[in-house]
Amino acid sequence: MNKIPANSGKQILNVALADDDEDDRLFFQEAIEDISIRTKLSLLSDGQELMDYLNLPNIILPNLIFLDLNMPIKNGMQCLKEIRSNPKLNDVCIAIYSTSCSENDIEETFVNGANVYLNKPNNFSKLRDSIEKVLQINWQYHTSNLNRDNFLLRL
Amino acid sequence: MKISVKYDLNITCKTILKEQLDKLNIPHVLHGTGEIEIKRAISDEEMQELFNNLNAYGIYVLNDQKTALVQRIKNTINEMLEDDRLKSQKVSEYLADKLNYSYTYLSNLFSETTYTSIENFVILRKVDHAKDLMADTDLTLTEIAYRLNYSSVAHLSGQFKKITGLTPTKFQEILERRRGTRIQQTI
Repeated sequence: MNKIPANSGKQILNVALADDDEDDRLFFQEAIEDISIRTKLSLLSDGQELMDYLNLPNIILPNLIFLDLNMPIKNGMQCLKEIRSNPKLNDVCIAIYSTSCSENDIEETFVNGANVYLNKPNNFSKLRDSIEKVLQINWQYHTSNLNRDNFLLRL
Repeated sequence: MKISVKYDLNITCKTILKEQLDKLNIPHVLHGTGEIEIKRAISDEEMQELFNNLNAYGIYVLNDQKTALVQRIKNTINEMLEDDRLKSQKVSEYLADKLNYSYTYLSNLFSETTYTSIENFVILRKVDHAKDLMADTDLTLTEIAYRLNYSSVAHLSGQFKKITGLTPTKFQEILERRRGTRIQQTI
């Protein structure tokens, strides 16, 4: 009988990333694959694509969406508002993933229902660590009875 | 001299399981899928002894048992944080005592299953509790710090900032504005 790896049978965290920059998407994908938390990542290249994806029939909804703010067609703020006004998407956590450091942007996204605000880090190991921290905390919200309404995290 | 053997792993495993369970006088039924039905209530010590004995054969009890214990750890922490009489106890001692496992075992199991340490979880839980009090009551930060057994407001604020990246004041401001926008939407 083989030794069963410690994390077998563990749930997989479904994660989606909406970002129009292809390099950023690849960078993110590489970072998330480097983390021990098991994830399934869906990549979307703009806000409209994300909303279409979330509205697919029979879709397994992501537990966590990383959302870039500046995107063509439909930007991150519009997506955030749409997601938060759709009861079907109540349980989805939203992490804003943006280059903007404006306090105003940050506060606006929180007020409109974002759970996490993550500044795009400028190097790989920082990105990896930040994503890991977001996933870890999100995991606790996903598996423990912490109050999700009060889940705010600024990184 | 060399001899060749042929073995049926399925029979091997079932025999080991049966021997080990019989050794501890645990009445059981082996189901085909690696599932064992245990016919009486068994204590945590017996459970741990059984797990250890089976591990020696490379047989590992699957995560559900572990998940169940992790859940008991979390429940015990919650219970502890909510009970005023328990708030000055050491978490490690209380858990070990209450759940009848060594703290090292509990701590390793917890980290392996939840991606965070027991210590971190306690902090996360306390900050979550503080958030609830900030959101739903008129208690001042000083009162909240006292209630959650922080040595000072500065200690609470520092831990709050570390966990959430926000100051308690900013957090409260955001929640208030959120409520404001929600009320506007429903009008």
